[in-house]
Amino acid sequence: MRRAFLALAARDIRLAAGIGGGGGMAVFFFLTVVAIVPLGVGPDRPVLELLAPGMLWVGLLLASLLTLDRMFQADVEDGSFDLLSMGPLPLELVAVAKSLAHWVVTGLPLVVAAPVLGILLNLPPERMPLLVMAMLAGTPALSFIGAVGAALTVGIRRGGLLASLLVLPFYIPVLIFGVGAVEAAAGGFEGQAGMQAMLLLGAISLASFVIGPLGAAAALRANLR
Amino acid sequence: MTTSDLRLHVSDLACIRGGRVVFEGISFEAGAGEALVLTGPNGAGKSSLLRQIAGLLDIEQGTIALTGGDPERGIAEQAHYAGHLDGLKPPMTVLETLRFWAAFLGGAAGGVETALEAMALAPLADLPAAYLSAGQKRRLSLARLAVSPRPLWLLDEPSVALDAASVARLRAFMAGHLAGGGIIVAATHLDLGLPVARELRLGREVAA
Repeated sequence: MRRAFLALAARDIRLAAGIGGGGGMAVFFFLTVVAIVPLGVGPDRPVLELLAPGMLWVGLLLASLLTLDRMFQADVEDGSFDLLSMGPLPLELVAVAKSLAHWVVTGLPLVVAAPVLGILLNLPPERMPLLVMAMLAGTPALSFIGAVGAALTVGIRRGGLLASLLVLPFYIPVLIFGVGAVEAAAGGFEGQAGMQAMLLLGAISLASFVIGPLGAAAALRANLR
Repeated sequence: MTTSDLRLHVSDLACIRGGRVVFEGISFEAGAGEALVLTGPNGAGKSSLLRQIAGLLDIEQGTIALTGGDPERGIAEQAHYAGHLDGLKPPMTVLETLRFWAAFLGGAAGGVETALEAMALAPLADLPAAYLSAGQKRRLSLARLAVSPRPLWLLDEPSVALDAASVARLRAFMAGHLAGGGIIVAATHLDLGLPVARELRLGREVAA
């Protein structure tokens, strides 16, 4: 079973990282969104610094929504999903493998890109580690919650927008605590508030790690039979 | 052979798609080494029946059971399904595709080589699936059946797009599976030339 799980996750990562797989798409979208912010709000450095954590998180959320709809749909369309569902893995674990692969090819590159883009928005360097930590704690939730939306819309052509609408409300806690973790440090509440937000981010990720695959598997079963 | 008492039982099966009764009251049995060929006009429910056996479609009425197999695994886990869609990823090469399925389905060592040979894919091993012709894709899709041994084969029009030489290869491949105590249920319009083939005709024309 472990061999099947690893094989599936590795295949998904490889496919997404290859040409046309959409792996790099999220990072470039993130770059585009963040790069046009200073053009829109003006080059006033204190204003940019104020907006930076929020803009980075909003950009990250939107970028991770971009590749969500293909998580199951590509396999369903070419018939691989029938074969995956007849394998030794329960659908819940198939969903875990696919969500993990989505995080590795989408969430992780976004986290790596975030500090670089932070420079564009005049984010103080001393807050970069905090930003990266918050994003590392929060981004898994985006992939695992997103899996439910992807599974619900698997039978719908151009279901990406619908999946985004379904999923976005559930991303809001990640956004609030993610920004909170970075801003608490700026507000001078060093330890307490920032740590609290960080722990809550981790809690959301852990909860979604359990609930996401269960929900995704249930949605896939309901959709495909 | 441990699977010699293997038997597929289907009794009083019905299929309803989109509110329409596709078929009902289908009963048959197939034992180890037997092939059952499903025939019938388009829309008679050949594919639906195969998908029901594979657990990919809900069963409205009736039962499907596989006895004498591995009691730890359900029918789906003891069956190979080859449908109309090939389930191939264009960027993955022939070899990568077979290796992935061997790892995912828990194939034994050497299964990939057997599969390459069974469908004469060895010369194409390093070619990405995107560059394969329709018949070659079909062969790759069928070669998957050899990477991990499963007793029940559910084949939906397996000979579509295959040339004469490949059909002969498929016939030998299927005969080998039957000789090893497997069961084949295949939907087809063409004579596959299977040794012990019984026919189940679906969708007799009934005056409405």
